[in-house]
Amino acid sequence: MTREVNVSEITEALAEMCIKANHFLSDDMKAALDKAAEKESSSLGRDILSQLQENLDIAGKDMIPICQDTGMAVVFLEIGQDVHLTGGNLEDAVNQGVRKGYTEGYLRKSVVNDPIIRENTGDNTPAVIHEKIVPGDKVRITLAPKGFGSENMSRIFMLKPAQGIEGVKTAILTAVKDAGPNACPPVVVGVGIGGDFEKCALLAKEALTRSTDGHSPLKHIKELEEEMLERINETGIGPGGLGGHTTALAVNINTYPTHIAGLPVAVNICCHVNRHVSLTI
Amino acid sequence: MEYRLNVPFSVDEIRDLKAGDKVFLSGTIYTARDAAHKRMDESLDKDGSLPFDIKGNVIYYMGPSPARPGKVIGSAGPTTASRMDKYTPRLLDLGLLGMIGKGKRSPEVHEAIVRNKAVYFASIGGAGALLSKCIKKSEVIAYDDLGTEAVRKLTVEDFPCIVVTDPEGNTLY
Ligand code: SF4
Repeated sequence: MTREVNVSEITEALAEMCIKANHFLSDDMKAALDKAAEKESSSLGRDILSQLQENLDIAGKDMIPICQDTGMAVVFLEIGQDVHLTGGNLEDAVNQGVRKGYTEGYLRKSVVNDPIIRENTGDNTPAVIHEKIVPGDKVRITLAPKGFGSENMSRIFMLKPAQGIEGVKTAILTAVKDAGPNACPPVVVGVGIGGDFEKCALLAKEALTRSTDGHSPLKHIKELEEEMLERINETGIGPGGLGGHTTALAVNINTYPTHIAGLPVAVNICCHVNRHVSLTI
Repeated sequence: MEYRLNVPFSVDEIRDLKAGDKVFLSGTIYTARDAAHKRMDESLDKDGSLPFDIKGNVIYYMGPSPARPGKVIGSAGPTTASRMDKYTPRLLDLGLLGMIGKGKRSPEVHEAIVRNKAVYFASIGGAGALLSKCIKKSEVIAYDDLGTEAVRKLTVEDFPCIVVTDPEGNTLY
């Protein structure tokens, strides 16, 4: 049995999600920030974390975006194979939702039409859209507006298999240290290991949409997440890059099988304004 | 140390600032990001003019989100300063004395800061809602077509910053 979903439902949902994501962080992100503020030993670091908490309060209360960089809209669509989409072109509907949300929500328009010519499109479209066909008759939408202060500090490392897990650890640490204050720490580190060149980047971005209070179901990866979080927080970069223990709030690692000759690692860094909301239609 | 400073300021007024000091700025500051810096650079090449008097002034690397009706400005936190590095030494040599942004600067900018006894401040990245409360007036004064990247003249009150690079060249990061 197929189920019909009118793409206008996706437009409306996305418009609201854009506004929500840019004014309210998910509960796990808020909790991670609160926990960090309690534990931070540097007084300047504590000061900054408490201002970030205050910033979140003001954003929600006065409807001012948490950060002025309201991001490029990254949209993940998991479309059930029993869904029949009606009412128009899916990607147009997604972009219409982003256009509506960013315009009606007073969000910043940060997208240029051509990477070389660089004229602002004026409505924050197009979005970056990732579609996946999955079993079932639902459409799951995840929106993750991505700021570019941290996106610019993200890296891909095509390691050799012989470099193994130690190589992966060095890659993650290198990316976070190079990012330093630029990525607006405390950061969330999304890591993709395996696949090929583009797959590992996508894994890393997906990892950023995972909750910060959970872990990979794979034991060795969970241990790697824990170890890397600890080591990143020993770098001393700290909140705002001004010193302290809280450099990262979480390290989320997703993996995929890879080729006998390769070990791709992508490190997608996100700032403390790690925005993501999901909804199922 | 903690200081309150009015902008514009003179070399003498910022001489004692040290990396790590907390400073609250009040007065007039100007916003400019990459696109505006590129235009200012081209304008200097063409006829030596800038859209505002740069002497003793502070540039805030910031592109706000749109203001809701009746509000002064939207979210208004700093952007990454290094993207302006290419254009900054020239502006410092013309009299710019302060910059507000986030992140590391190039060796060329560092040298120009010391040469001109200027200062580079950081404000907190990702605290744009909070920082917007210190902005009392905002007016686009140049390059309106750049949207969020236009040059804005801001009136600020007790805008919180931290000295990252002081006039002697000590650096916090
Ligand atoms: S990196 Fe994040 S917190 Fe920093 S300016 Fe960009 S979106 Fe805002």
